[in-house]
Amino acid sequence: MILTPDSWQAIQLTVALATSTTVILLILATPLAWWLSQTQSAWRAPVHALVTLPLVLPPSVLGFYLLIVMGPQGPLGQLTQAMGWGVLSFTFTGLLIGSILFSLPFAVQPLQHAFEAIGSRPMEVAATLRASPLDAFFSVALPLAKPGMVTAAILSFAHTVGEFGVVLMIGGNIPGKTRVVSTEIYGHVEAMEYAQAHVLAAGMLAFSFVVLLVLALMNRRQRQVV
Amino acid sequence: MNSIHLQIQLNRSAFMLDVDLQLPGQGISAIFGASGSGKTTLLRAVAGLEKNQQGRIQIGAHIWQDTQQGIDLPIWQRPLGYVFQESSLLPHLTVSENLNFGLKRALKTSGNVSSDAAKALQASIELLGIGNLLQRMPDQLSGGERQRVAIARAIAMQPQLLLMDEPLASLDAARRQEIFPWLSKLRDELKMPMLYVTHSADEVARLADHLVVLEKGQVKAQGSVSTVLTQVVNPAVVGEDAGALIAGHIGQVDTQWHLSRIDFEGGCVWMRDAGLPVGKAVRIRILARDVSLATSEPQNTSIQNQLLGTIQSITPDAHPSQVMVVLKCGAEEVLARVTKRAVDELGLQVGQPVWAQVKSVALVA
Repeated sequence: MILTPDSWQAIQLTVALATSTTVILLILATPLAWWLSQTQSAWRAPVHALVTLPLVLPPSVLGFYLLIVMGPQGPLGQLTQAMGWGVLSFTFTGLLIGSILFSLPFAVQPLQHAFEAIGSRPMEVAATLRASPLDAFFSVALPLAKPGMVTAAILSFAHTVGEFGVVLMIGGNIPGKTRVVSTEIYGHVEAMEYAQAHVLAAGMLAFSFVVLLVLALMNRRQRQVV
Repeated sequence: MNSIHLQIQLNRSAFMLDVDLQLPGQGISAIFGASGSGKTTLLRAVAGLEKNQQGRIQIGAHIWQDTQQGIDLPIWQRPLGYVFQESSLLPHLTVSENLNFGLKRALKTSGNVSSDAAKALQASIELLGIGNLLQRMPDQLSGGERQRVAIARAIAMQPQLLLMDEPLASLDAARRQEIFPWLSKLRDELKMPMLYVTHSADEVARLADHLVVLEKGQVKAQGSVSTVLTQVVNPAVVGEDAGALIAGHIGQVDTQWHLSRIDFEGGCVWMRDAGLPVGKAVRIRILARDVSLATSEPQNTSIQNQLLGTIQSITPDAHPSQVMVVLKCGAEEVLARVTKRAVDELGLQVGQPVWAQVKSVALVA
């Protein structure tokens, strides 16, 4: 069974999208998760709810609003047009923004839990050892939250690979630009190309299983260490 | 004199800390009290770990906090060493990396020469005997070893003040005995002042030079350890462990019976030979519950130690059946806990000479 060039392109695009989403998410989610784990501000609950929203919202709802915001009449669309970047909907960048929002809770929650598990003591210890809060964050909090970071990265990557609704809404399934594996499968099924759909679907199935297996093994090892 | 001034007010919903203390700039000052007395809160406030504290903290010539002048150094800028109650080693770093964590940063701010720092590190490794543990991870150490590393990590930075929050409380009795010699060594060999929080009268007697008794966030008593420990105001706080702390020296060693005689101003007592040479300065502790009284010199008794003294005071003890009798034996004070009925039957009165029979003596340092 050989993959069509279209399918290969979809796989490449999926990997590119998932990788960029994961990298950007870790950079964005780490300070956000740290703030959520430390703050006693009244804003904590609403921000937490907002970050968790993509977990329960149908992807089509998220995609619909993103489409409107990024579209020619939307506030973000107006801004990007004024900057001379054109409209983001139906582009890779637009897809990337959608993916980041859609996978945000999968990055924030493991990180937040990891930071909360550290407790206040190691940070107090670091402060009595002359480390400023920023120094202590990088030299103590981040290394201690490493298992949480790995989990966040794996979940974000896998969740991005598996997304469908948002991609379809914002990306429009344009081959070579916004067509990823999940929408490629959809296309094959629509066209009654079951053999092609089988290859990709089985690949996704195997990939997802391996990811979850790796996570489970990692968690067991951590428990043994602790 | 480099003294320490701590004037701290701190309001919590259930509790208020309000102290104004002038402490000596060297030796160990013990902060003693029951749990909930605010002793850990006081220590944390000195370090800057508590929020919304007010007052003034001055260590020698350095002001760490002065609410009136608007000075409030953040924790990481206060040149202190802190030893927490339970293990506080950073779990992702080796022993050696833990030791260097603070040292490296202290060096950057103090502008000391790094060769001095290396020397200080080496000295603290030797002082706490942890040279063979440097490459280990914290979870490969015993509780006692972890505390020794934590202490070494704190003193390697050569802080202006060393803060220790019940460093022995998380250890079992055997581990505690293992750490004691190291702590005594710290007291004798380091010049830096130390604040030592504890709820153990035994630790106070063995380690402290100066004693502050806290109760419900207020200073109940303070002064040199031998005076405060003997003050009868404290039995309620000290409880079963009330007793006299006496400084003396080894006067004679009896090798036949394995005993040594401790001489002090006002008498002498025999105790088990601990292998110390004649002339060695020691501290002994005589618990009030181990002392009985007699109006004439006791004869035909198995108790070897008898001290002649005069009754200074007789005060009610925690339980209504008992009283605390303070005797003056020469320059030292000895406490005896006896029943009220005994006092009545013997007709004991203040000013009267009595014999104190001492059932046991403990060597504390």
